[in-house]
Parts: sequence; C-alpha cells; structure tokens
Amino acid sequence: MALDVSELQTIEHDVLVIGAGGAGLRAAIACSGQKLDTGVISKSLLGKAHTVMAEGGMAAAMGNVDPRDNWKIHFRDTMRGGKFLNVWRMAELHAKQAPDRVRELEDWGAVFDRTKDGLISQRNFGGHRYPRLAHVGDRTGLELIRSLQDHGIHQGIDFHMEVTALELLKDGDRISGVLAYRRETGRFVVFRCKAVILSTGGGGKAWPVTSNSWEYTGDGIAMAYDAGAELMDLEFTQFHPTGMVWPLSVRGILVTEGVRGDGGILKNNQGERFMFNYISERFAPETAATVEEAHRWLEGDKNARRPPELLTRDEVARAITAEVKAGRGSPHGGVFLDIASRRPADFIKRKLPSMYHQFKELAEVDITREPMEVGPTLHYFMGGIRVDADSQQTTVPGLFACGECAAGLHGANRLGGNSLSDLIVFGKLAGDGAKAYIQALPTTPRVDGDQITSAIRRATEILNRAEGENPYLLHARLEETMARGVGIVRTKNELETAVAELEDLKVRARTMKAPGASQYNPGWHEALAMRSLLVTSEAVTRAALMREESRGAHTRLDHPDENPEGLTYNVIVKKAADGRMETEKRRRPDGPPHLVAIANAKIEDLEAGKLGTAAPST
Amino acid sequence: MAIRRFKVWRGDAGGGELTDFQIPVDPGMVVLDVLHRIQATQANDLALRWNCKAGKCGSCSMEINGQPKLACMTRMNSFSETETITCQPLKTFPVIKDLVTDVSFNYEQNKRIAPFKPRPRDADGQYRMYQEDVDRVQEFRKCIECFLCQDVCHVLRDREGRETQSFIGPRFMIRVASLEMHPLDTEDRIPELKKELGAGLCNITRCCTEVCPEHIQITDNGIIPLKERIVDRFYDPVAIIGRKLLGIRKRTKTRSEEAAQGAGSEDRDG
Ligand SMILES: Cc1cc2nc3c(=O)[nH]c(=O)nc-3n(C[C@H](O)[C@H](O)[C@H](O)COP(=O)(O)OP(=O)(O)OC[C@H]3O[C@@H](n4cnc5c(N)ncnc54)[C@H](O)[C@@H]3O)c2cc1C
Ligand code: SF4
Ligand code: SF4
Ligand code: FES
Repeated sequence: MALDVSELQTIEHDVLVIGAGGAGLRAAIACSGQKLDTGVISKSLLGKAHTVMAEGGMAAAMGNVDPRDNWKIHFRDTMRGGKFLNVWRMAELHAKQAPDRVRELEDWGAVFDRTKDGLISQRNFGGHRYPRLAHVGDRTGLELIRSLQDHGIHQGIDFHMEVTALELLKDGDRISGVLAYRRETGRFVVFRCKAVILSTGGGGKAWPVTSNSWEYTGDGIAMAYDAGAELMDLEFTQFHPTGMVWPLSVRGILVTEGVRGDGGILKNNQGERFMFNYISERFAPETAATVEEAHRWLEGDKNARRPPELLTRDEVARAITAEVKAGRGSPHGGVFLDIASRRPADFIKRKLPSMYHQFKELAEVDITREPMEVGPTLHYFMGGIRVDADSQQTTVPGLFACGECAAGLHGANRLGGNSLSDLIVFGKLAGDGAKAYIQALPTTPRVDGDQITSAIRRATEILNRAEGENPYLLHARLEETMARGVGIVRTKNELETAVAELEDLKVRARTMKAPGASQYNPGWHEALAMRSLLVTSEAVTRAALMREESRGAHTRLDHPDENPEGLTYNVIVKKAADGRMETEKRRRPDGPPHLVAIANAKIEDLEAGKLGTAAPST
Repeated sequence: MAIRRFKVWRGDAGGGELTDFQIPVDPGMVVLDVLHRIQATQANDLALRWNCKAGKCGSCSMEINGQPKLACMTRMNSFSETETITCQPLKTFPVIKDLVTDVSFNYEQNKRIAPFKPRPRDADGQYRMYQEDVDRVQEFRKCIECFLCQDVCHVLRDREGRETQSFIGPRFMIRVASLEMHPLDTEDRIPELKKELGAGLCNITRCCTEVCPEHIQITDNGIIPLKERIVDRFYDPVAIIGRKLLGIRKRTKTRSEEAAQGAGSEDRDG
C-alpha cells in the first residue's frame, strides 16, 4: 500500500498522556497546571478506565481514625507486604505524599465517607496496620476518577477519547511522538510531542480468570519495550484471593477486600475458619492467634491483633488454593466468604452496597443472608516499566510511566489500597518529571516517516489479508497457556512449556485476519491488542522462569522458599539488539540506612515516634 | 446449553437492519456474554462497548427488547425461554456502528456547568463535613454515566435543531444538584440553570428515574429541589423580600448577562 505520511492527521502537544485512569488524569492535571500543552488519549470513553472499578479505598496515613498511624508505619507495611523488594525511594515518596494527594482531591470536589469528627474516614485493609483507606462505601474508584475528570475538563487539557496508541515514535534515542488510531473511524493519527507519559495499566487479559477488562492488554508495557525501555519485576502478578466463581460467566469479577476489612471471614466446606492454619512466621507476631482474639479486634479492642483473613493477598490466595486442592472447597471450586453472620444487614448494605448489588443481580445471592463463593482471580501487575523514583522517567529519554504500568512501588506484592494512592502520587510526579525534561530539551524532536509507514502497514495487513487466524480464538489459546503455565503456583517445567507455546502463538499471530472494515471493528482491535498481550505474557513468563525462589505473589513449587539471594536483584526484561527478549538479574542498590531502620523497626518504636525522626521530610 | 435467538441491529450512520443470530447460552449468562459469544464466533466485527461487566462503568448501555438497559446486568433468565432478544443502539444519540453510539453530546454538557469552588479549609488544614451532609450528594455521585436517563428523556430525544440553550438532561441536572448541595461548594449556579441549562424544559415525567441502574432518585431528590431553588430565587416574593431585608445578595443574572452589562453593574435582586 502506498502511503503518504503527510496526509495523515497530525496533532501537536507538548506532552501526550496515554491513558485516562487515575494516573493519567493526575499526570495531565500536573502538566497543564505547569502550562504545558497537554493531550490525553484513551481506548475507552472518559471515566470508564479501570480506576472506575476500584472499590475498597485509597491508602494514606492520615491518622484520622487511629492517631498512632504515620508515614513510617505505612512505609513499613508497604515494604513488608512487598517482601522488601520494593524500590525504597518509591515506597518512601508514596507513604509521605499520599495524605496530601488525597486531601487535594477534596479541593476538586471529592466527597469521602467521614469520621464522627467530620474528617475523612479510613477503613481497615489487608497488610495495613491501622485503618488507613479513605473510601466512599465500595465505590472509591468512581469517586477518584470522577473528581479528576470533572476537575480536568476545566484545565485546558485536550481529551481524545477512543483513540488507541499503537507505537511510540522516536528521534534517535528520544521520544518524538505516538502513532494511534481512532476506534470510531479506523483512521490513523500522528501525535507529535516532546514527552509521552504512559499510564496504560496492566495486562491481566492474558489470563482467563481475571478482574481486568478488555483494556488490560499490556499495551503500554509492550510499547515501552519496543521503544527500548527496560521492564522490571514482571514475575509478580497479583492473584486477588476473592473473585466471584459462580456463575461461570462472571468468574473472576472482584469481591472487594473491604468485605474482609469490615469483618468478613473465610470458611471451607467443613465450616472451619481455615486462615488460622496459614499464618506465616513473618506475620505471626501481628496476627490474632485465636478466633476469640480476632473477634475482639472486630469489636474495636485496640490490644487485639488483626484477624488472619487480613493477611496480605499472596498469603490468602495461596491458602484458598491449598484448601480447594485438599478437597475442602465450595461447590464451584472456591471457598466461602461470610459477612452475613458477622454484621447486620443494614450495615452490609451501607458499607458494601455495590457488592450487595453485584451478588444479588449477577449470582442471585443475598450476601446479607448467605455466604459468597470466592476464589483467586488475576488482578494486578506489580511489575511493569522501570522508572526513576523521583521523576518517573523510563530508560528512554522523554518517556515517562506511572500507575499500574510502572514498576517499583509494590515490590513482590501490593497491599490493597496502595494502588489508588500510587496513581495520584506518581501521576503528579510524572507530570513534574515531564515538565523538567521538556524545559531542558534543546531541540524539538522529529517524527520518522518510515517508522510510521511500517507500523501502519503492520496494522492494516490484518484487515487486508484474505484469510487467517481468528484473533478471538487465538486470544483464548493464550489464556489457556497462561492459566496452565503461569498461574498462582509455578514450576520450571510448566514455565518452559508456556514459553514454547508462546513462541508458537507468536508465529500464528503473524497471520491473524480480522474481517470487515476498519471502522469500529472490535475484531481488528482484538488482533492489534494480541501483539501487546504476547509481548507482555512472554516477559512475565521469562521473568518467572528466572526467579528461582518463592517471594510474594511469585510462587515456585520447585523453589518453595524465599531465598536471601532473591533480595539482591530485580529481573529486568528488555529487547536485545537482535530483537529477541533478554532477561537479566540486575543488582539492587542497598536501601538507605534511615529507611532500612524504619522497615525493620519494632512497631511500638514507630508509634511512639522514637525512630525515623532523622529521615528527611520529602 | 440452550440455543437462543437474538436480533442485533447492525449498520452505521448510513442505515442498517436487525440481523438474526442463533447462539448457545450457558446458565448464569447475561446479555453482554451472549453478544461477546456472537462476536467471537459469528460476527468478529460486531461493535459494542463494555468495560467492567459488573454495572460499575456505564459503558454497555443499549436498548434490549426496547428497554434502555446495561447489557452486563441483564440476565438471560429474566426472559422466557423461547423469547427472541432484540438488541439495538440507544435511540437518542447518533449511531456510529452497530450497538455503538456517539455520546459526545453528554461530555459537552458537563463542560457547561460551573466547576466546584470550595470554601477555605479550617485553620488546621482540614475540611470538616458530616456524614449526613455527604450522604445527600453521594446519592448523585454514584452516577456511572451510562446515559440511559439521557436516552429516555423526551426533551433530549426531540432536541434536533435546538442545540443552543438546550437542556443539559437528567444526568447533568443531578451533577448540578451534587454541586449545589455539596457541603463545601460556594458557587451559585441557579441563574445559569434557569436561563442557560434549560431546567424549565423538564416537565417531571420521571422516565429518567425509572431507568437509572443506580436507582438514583433523579427527579425527586435532584431535579425537583433544584426547580424549587429557581422558583425561590426568581418568583417567590416572600423569599425575595426576606433576602432584601437581610441584605443577602443572590444573583438573578447569569454570568454572561453580567458580562454583557459590563463590570461594576450590580443589578441583583437583593
Ligand atoms: C475490580 C477492581 C477493584 C480494585 N480495587 C482497588 C482498591 O480498592 N484500591 C486500590 O488501591 N486499587 C484497586 N484496584 C486496582 C486499581 O484500580 C488499578 O490498579 C488502578 O486503577 C490502575 O490505574 P491506572 O491509572 O494505572 O490505569 P487505568 O485506570 O486502568 O487506566 C488505563 C488507561 O489506559 C488506557 N489505555 C490502555 N492502553 C492504551 C492504548 N494502547 N492507547 C490509549 N490508551 C490506552 C485505557 O483506555 C485507560 O484509560 C482495583 C482494580 C480492579 C480491577
Ligand atoms: S423527568 Fe425531566 S429530565 Fe427526567 S425524563 Fe422527564 S423530562 Fe427528562
Ligand atoms: S443518573 Fe443513573 S441513568 Fe443517568 S447516567 Fe447516571 S447512572 Fe445512568
Ligand atoms: S460493562 Fe460496565 S456497566 Fe456494563
């Protein structure tokens, strides 16, 4: 096909933000606030990004409910939850800045649930020592995205809805723009810009049972990889312990951790509260030892320790898997989550309205009367694009990343509620980083016509070829591969089989065919997304193969324990000069002594403010 | 697994027609699942929107057997076993393709509303609000922007040719309500509501409230109280005199009217 690049629609911005979830919107607000000409593109309509689905809340150590809380304890919880593999500086910035970022949302109209004193109320969540999650019932994500959206539309930002990025354009080493297409017409658009901020989220759609929507095909991760950026920690894929399991068509849809935070308990088919059998050494000193103690905690006894249902997600998900394997599961292959016997019906309807609604409408279960059936569901990518902690710049100049598509804050396992706060803390920092980069940029980078032509040719071949693989069915095959080979527990053999199957799928993907024209054609969109899914899946699988230990969300049956050596490196994935995927164990820098001291401190010392006073305040 | 009959509207702005499909359906499925199965196996290019599959994002709005609904929350067992299920795009908005419509009209309405303007924080840097006060606006803030209410509102259905000064529609009436009743907000949107945002065009038919999947009392809790505020401001002599006596100033001119009159002229009702 002869193609004249100069005839393509071209749009110029200083910075283009790819993604309109919490991270992208916060980054765009930061950019436009600093007088940058800012554009935002997203695959869906405004306000529909994944962030809208978040339920439980947003973690920030404001100390409104328990004044003993402070940033050091939030930092310590985050490091422990992440099995100490987190980027120290990111965990520090996050814990320190989250309270201001949350309060700032109130300036933009957000309305959180309140304490008796009229302050922002905070709820309990797994792995958080104190009630820490700012929330609005169980629709916190909606409140976050709508507040940013309603504020953002008055900030002079250009929103381009239903525009999908296909490829990052470069001028030498530097970012110079983005090639994208409009879903509505199928037409291509070239964005010319000085910096790009990726905030595209994760890649859970490679698995069949997931809480993620069609948007989560790892586009940002794959585009960054193709542009030469380094990826990190992708072996850590979070399986949320409680997804719906029945009916089949809703399998994977999330049941918020808020259910357990508000008192819900897990039981097996013998009626046993099995989590007491799965308390690991690391958490034993801070976890209730008996049902009686856990009960006192629920009643508000400050000396009682937290129930084991609120252990970190990796621990709870593994326990559920073990119970089901041992034959103690529920009829549809999960376990029981019971809040009906713990809280009165009106409490449940008030604190968990959308869970009540979701089970009633989709499963015909009344959660104020009966237990729910739940099981693990692929939920979140801890890993992603490697970034500098303070500026969020990737290893490609001019390319920034924030939110779920970036790596580092969560280490080997994310605590619930730490994602929404991640979005607003690092979204802002990415905007600041882009501003600093643009200010120092000597000349405006140019887009490369050849790069655009070849990318367009690759995309249109899918429509033009006479016949070929059905992208939907190929996607289903990919899901089978990932479920079998790269699940909640992994082995070398299974991972190697998955790599081989992925190689085969890559070959088949070269001949995908989407029937119909380019105008709003989901078959074509699916085929285009397969490319990102395959890159992302391969990166996860190869990283999982390289890490020969079990840590956080990454469990290797053939290496069942944490290995001290595992703390000394991150697995880095990047594209080698010959185009092959390369994995490497990169040595981690040691943590700064003042942070190491806080992370290892006794909780009492932190509460009393005895430790960490030497830490710088920003 | 039963075989079910579906009629799905296929076409674009140039026209289209209902197309028949016969498709196996498993227990527990919702209409969106069936449409996805049609898409994967029989019509790869069938256009539709969705995201959350749990009634949280408001993407999958369409007309199912003539009723505006979320496809992800419409269970197959809500139909009789032999019933043919007809899926069509929302009628009020221009079709792009198949079940996808151009809903950009709605995003434009939001921009017409004056943004949130909070009062200053308390001395200690906090905002204090009480749960009873936030409950009221949270009802409106639950809105998932599915635009089903916009779809059924007859004022919007017949809006052709009256694009300027037109009615913002029920979804944005409750957005105004959420701002006007926000415990921290200091902005006043009442003159604009009456003169620019078309509040008077709504004649309280309540069709919007009936279709809202979030069960928001759009009319009773949102539109009617706003209309009362307009009446109070513009027509209620007692309130007007009361304000005059107390020396309270309330705008009756919109911002653009004030601007047209020039700065300094404070022609207000009290
Ligand atoms: C059901 C559910 C409940 C959750 N609950 C919580 C919770 O209670 N607390 C918490 O902290 N976290 C929670 N999470 C996690 C959290 O919601 C997400 O990690 C977070 O919202 C991701 O935000 P983001 O801004 O990085 O990306 P998203 O909000 O997912 O946005 C991604 C954006 O990128 C766009 N995009 C992607 N690819 C492209 C492309 N190629 N071109 C253009 N645009 C593109 C998408 O259109 C979208 O706009 C939950 C997640 C789920 C699924
Ligand atoms: S009550 Fe008013 S806003 Fe609602 S549908 Fe009727 S006319 Fe439209
Ligand atoms: S008010 Fe209800 S019907 Fe209207 S857009 Fe919002 S959720 Fe949908
Ligand atoms: S897919 Fe989100 S509301 Fe239906």
